[in-house]
Amino acid sequence: MFAYAAKSLSQGLLVLLVVSALAFSMFRFVGDPIANMMGQEATQQDRRELAEHLGLNDSVPTQYARFIGAALRGDFGVSYRQARKVSDLIAEKLPATIELAVLSALFATVCGVALGVYAAIRRDGWLAHLVMSASLVGVSLPTFLIGIGLIYLFAVELRWLPSFGRGDTVKIGWWSTGLLTTTGLKSLIMPVLTLGFFQLTLIMRLTRAQMLETMRTEYVRFARARGIPEQTIRFRHALKNTMVPVITIAGLQLGSVIAFAIVTETVFQWPGLGSLFVNAVQFVDIPVMAAYLMFVAFVFVVVNLAVDLAYFILDPRIRTGAAAAKR
Amino acid sequence: MKLRSLALKLALLAATSVAATAALEARTLKWSRSGDSLTLDPHAQNEGPTAAVAHQMYEPLATRSVDGKLVPALATAWRILPDNPLIWEFKLRQGVKFHDGAPFTADDVVFSLERAMSPTSDFKGLWTSVESVAKVDDHTVHVKTKGPNPLLVQNVTNTFIMNKAWAEKNNTVKPQDFKNKEENFAVRNVNGTGPYMLVSREPDVKTGLKRNDSYWGRGETPMEVTEIIYTPVKQDATRVAALLSGEVDFVQDVPVQDIQKLQGDSKLRVNIGPENRSIFLGMDVGSADLKTDNVTGKNPLADKRVRQALNMAVNREAIQRVVMRGQSVPAGAIIPPFVAGYTNELDSYPKVDVNAAKKLLSDAGYPQGFSITLHCPNDRYVNDEGICQAVVGMFGQIGVKANLVSQSKSIHFPLIQKDPPETEFFLLGWGVPTYDSDYIFTFLYHTRAGARGGFNALRYSNKDVDAKIVSLASETDLNKRNATVADLWKILKDETLYIAIHNQTLAYAMKNDVNVPVHPDNTVWIKYLSFKRS
Repeated sequence: MFAYAAKSLSQGLLVLLVVSALAFSMFRFVGDPIANMMGQEATQQDRRELAEHLGLNDSVPTQYARFIGAALRGDFGVSYRQARKVSDLIAEKLPATIELAVLSALFATVCGVALGVYAAIRRDGWLAHLVMSASLVGVSLPTFLIGIGLIYLFAVELRWLPSFGRGDTVKIGWWSTGLLTTTGLKSLIMPVLTLGFFQLTLIMRLTRAQMLETMRTEYVRFARARGIPEQTIRFRHALKNTMVPVITIAGLQLGSVIAFAIVTETVFQWPGLGSLFVNAVQFVDIPVMAAYLMFVAFVFVVVNLAVDLAYFILDPRIRTGAAAAKR
Repeated sequence: MKLRSLALKLALLAATSVAATAALEARTLKWSRSGDSLTLDPHAQNEGPTAAVAHQMYEPLATRSVDGKLVPALATAWRILPDNPLIWEFKLRQGVKFHDGAPFTADDVVFSLERAMSPTSDFKGLWTSVESVAKVDDHTVHVKTKGPNPLLVQNVTNTFIMNKAWAEKNNTVKPQDFKNKEENFAVRNVNGTGPYMLVSREPDVKTGLKRNDSYWGRGETPMEVTEIIYTPVKQDATRVAALLSGEVDFVQDVPVQDIQKLQGDSKLRVNIGPENRSIFLGMDVGSADLKTDNVTGKNPLADKRVRQALNMAVNREAIQRVVMRGQSVPAGAIIPPFVAGYTNELDSYPKVDVNAAKKLLSDAGYPQGFSITLHCPNDRYVNDEGICQAVVGMFGQIGVKANLVSQSKSIHFPLIQKDPPETEFFLLGWGVPTYDSDYIFTFLYHTRAGARGGFNALRYSNKDVDAKIVSLASETDLNKRNATVADLWKILKDETLYIAIHNQTLAYAMKNDVNVPVHPDNTVWIKYLSFKRS
């Protein structure tokens, strides 16, 4: 178990290193931060001096080594755009993104599974057909359009929900939460729907397919033959076996929901990491971009590690495989 | 009986008027724009939204009114000493207090100007002509320049005055050094003299201000807004939706395609006005050969006839109508009407004439035209990419094939700023914060050297023109100076170095009980707002 975890962990660290190295080699294609950091009266010499001062004239490997060296000491530098410590910025924006991502994943999983099961059981019903067609729309409509559509319906026309921002937040230690105020909860609804919609359709289609498959298996037919009530077969026997792959996918999707909340956050002016990153890219705020990309890589590594370990515990075949390799 | 009813009436009247003023008293203005102030440090970023937010809390020595005129702020009077042309004297306003109660004195001005001139300040470029700043008495400051500088006062409008004692106490005597590991105190804290005080600051989310009731100009300005909530909303559609749904009261950066829709809404008001910024194309006229063209051994843009042909091919009215949906003022020179030196004649542009343009090209030896790369930003000016796409089509009509490369401003501007420049044909916009032609000449026409010619990517270098430009900075005889300005514009317009396209206009949208005038610098002074009484 320990050897397995250590192996996964070292792989994860390697991923982090590779991601950060790739990120650093890309930054110069994003542009030059100096143009954004200095007013139009600045002289050529001022620009050169600032670039030199910030070490932007050094080679990419040198800059990268300096970044890794400082990052290992927990120092991610100061944002070029906001003149604030990057670690402060990330800590400030993290709660907004986590709350949005977790609620979206929850919404997508619960509704996705429920609708998927329904569509599998009543596969010829008109409602199931409607749900399936609607899910096609969900897969094909861009997030941006869904967000804008919701805003015009619920904020402009009906005036039920706020069109942007997080509403009032409450501080619990360093964590700011929008879950404890009315405006905070109202503000969450549209972003959660927008971000979760794609995942929902994915999970729903997966659940439906798995459920249909399971219902055709031998043991379900035997259970029917034994006269077990249909409800019990569906929800105690079939659903359990359906859930294994669904939970795996949902878990892995959580990572991408956190990482790719960028569009949703931009549409709703959600003050999270995605908005922070978009602003950083436009300004070529290298310290923030570097730290954000490291963070996203870290989230993926952690999620994958957790999934790996869960398999290790759940699936005896991996355990024996690892033991066999040792021998 | 009669007396009692009169007393009753009076009491009622008093009560209603109290209620009316109370209703007027507490008014919150929710203000939104695409970008947030980057920092509250008044000298760290010389940039639009940063200055606009700072102007509510900090004040400079003088500001610009909506018609572009210089008006007193913390200084009440200024002059060049009659016996010494190197010294500007500023008389400071008396009885002004900072938000923390400290009195405003000459020490604060000396400290703030020196801070603005320090190496990590983004305003030092405006103050390069200054040798030293000295206090004469508590309300008089002398600014000594290296040579005579009759225009120094034009540079003060965005240089804010901080409190010396406060800055020293909080260890923020210098603006943020980005190599430092720690955040500068002034980035999120404010102690100014302005009409509003900082209450809360969440960068990129929300900034809350409240009225400063001991503001020196309390009696002179309406100051009906008691609380300002500034929320940046980046996405155009979301920002407009927030106004339509009533969540914000006042929106800047209204996208041109939404103006008509908003104008049609009876609950809203849209104010449109010219910005002090021109949009134009620049051409490499100095290189012996161009890299991005298909002509070998020579530079077609070095020939004035080619430049005139291109200028003649641009249909400015079509760009205004189609690309800008009416929201621009076509221009013939890169000088907005607010700027000293502007004349109608200067602003005239040739009629679109494809045949005449083709003839000029063939006279210059390019009967078949040529091809060249046009660089364009896509996230800096109003519909910048659309303008470029339009001119590419117009150049195509006279046989010049422009290959469009549009990129983010972070990639586009370095092409122009690099030495030597990495573009031969480019779109640029230029705002004129000093409202004087000198600023345009110095940065866009003077040979690139030292503090001058920073945006002259034309490789244009004319000794005679340079000498005239330099002479403007120290010419104290106004008539002589105006004559030189006119002379320079005549030479430069004739050379057709830039192809002026238009001056940008700004659109502000708001609820119709409030009226925010459009300022040519795109800055807003909330203290001037009053609400419509209904």
